Amino acid sequence: MSERLTLREAVTRFVHPGATIALEGFTHLIPFAAGHEIVRQGIKDLTLVRMTPDLLYDQMIGAGCAKKLIFSWGGNPGVGSLHRLRDAVERGWPHPIEIEEHSHAGMAHAYAAGAAGMPCAFLRGYRGSELPRVNPNIRFVACPFTGEELACVPAIRPDVAIVHAQKADRDGNVFIGGIVGVQKEAVLAAAQSIVTVEEIVDAFPASSNSVILPSWSVGAIVVAPGGARPSYAHGYYTRDNAFYVAWDAISRDRTAFQAWMDQHVMPR
Amino acid sequence: MTYSPSEMMTVAAARALANDDVCFVGIGMPSAACNLARLTHAPRLRLVYESGTIETRPTVLPLSIGDGELCETALTTVSVPEMFQYWLQGGRITVGFLGGAQIDRFGNLNTTVIGDYAHPKVRLPGSGGATEIATCCGKTYIVMKQSRRTFVEKLDFLTSLGHGPTGTERAPLGVRTQGPVLLVSDLCVMTPQPDTREFAVVSLHPGVSREQVQAETGWPVRFAAHVTETPPPSRLELDTLRDLHARTARAHGTAPGDF
Repeated sequence: MSERLTLREAVTRFVHPGATIALEGFTHLIPFAAGHEIVRQGIKDLTLVRMTPDLLYDQMIGAGCAKKLIFSWGGNPGVGSLHRLRDAVERGWPHPIEIEEHSHAGMAHAYAAGAAGMPCAFLRGYRGSELPRVNPNIRFVACPFTGEELACVPAIRPDVAIVHAQKADRDGNVFIGGIVGVQKEAVLAAAQSIVTVEEIVDAFPASSNSVILPSWSVGAIVVAPGGARPSYAHGYYTRDNAFYVAWDAISRDRTAFQAWMDQHVMPR
Repeated sequence: MTYSPSEMMTVAAARALANDDVCFVGIGMPSAACNLARLTHAPRLRLVYESGTIETRPTVLPLSIGDGELCETALTTVSVPEMFQYWLQGGRITVGFLGGAQIDRFGNLNTTVIGDYAHPKVRLPGSGGATEIATCCGKTYIVMKQSRRTFVEKLDFLTSLGHGPTGTERAPLGVRTQGPVLLVSDLCVMTPQPDTREFAVVSLHPGVSREQVQAETGWPVRFAAHVTETPPPSRLELDTLRDLHARTARAHGTAPGDF
């Protein structure tokens, strides 16, 4: 059964140096509050997994948390580059990071395989692309029935998955509505999970496309209102597009970035 | 009526979409072109975004691929694995829109790095959905601004397959979809030549010369036997596009030219 913890307790208990962690949320419901707590606790040498690193991983990479990044699209959506990611890859600041690069289809299949307890995933993917040349974790096998050559990637099995959701109920079940992304797969693929939520409610609303995570599939529930800002929580607050645009200038410069982190993330 | 090269590019791309298409939409120019088509000649055009939103009808252009607007106006929203497994890989998307930092004469695209992969001069965002959009959609349209930096003799990295490095690689790789059948830039419209699969100019945008196209292209440009002039944007097309950009700018608090 999921356990109700504070953010500090949950991160201290589950996120250890050197762990492989996945903070998911496809543009929507990105768990910024939890990521910032990891930065505050100074947890390093992490393998960060995420389809779209977004501003959150840009911040965690710039803060020196990442040893390795597994990803499929590393940009600031609609704006341009992730400058902290680029600085780490292009100039090794604050230290060099290893990257393992996939396509969205490859990562989506790898998460689904992880949730299903499989060692790997097959897809009709990566054909003609140079990605398999630079990523030894993309291989090809023949279908035993048809002989068709299929791409194969290892399942994603994080030590910890961290996601943000709209609601948990008093029994510790979790409700995610709107763009549901890959969070269900990330939680089910991981050995442990932390779900931050906007609020605890008595009952969930009826919804035509919601995802429910039963209490016994979740590790910790943390109440963290606004925990997805500057991304958004459907039904609670909208995406702060102006901040995504502003991040371009903040993150371009190492000093401006560090000053922003000191002011907005680090304890004072 | 005056218009910008960027507006001409968006309008020319929008015209290629048909009413019965199911279109996998990327952010930026493709999103503008697809919604322009839906608001003008193709009202039944079904737009799918990789965030899982199916048959979405946004009133403003999203800044990201997963803005709430896309979900609120969608027929349904599915998970990201379902989108890539059942809908894209399942062969249910008729046309995909792609762009990139570099393109070669056979419509292969680079969105990964400029320079060497291990020590890149510029680390670009990477594939995202593009690698499988390029092979799983029935066909793809490419929209890119034309310059010697973007239309190159040789890609620094091949992220997404067009017709392959020599124009012949799709079938041997087991890829049965058509691949890039249209390339729209701010200067011209190109289609692959039937025999070589090399992109050739079929129409020049009004006021653009062959020399200008060559000057902005990193390979010797081929021209079709009959090169026409791209019809300029109509008043309806321009008004609709500008209204869309103005609504978007008001919603996001940014300048209309940003999208």
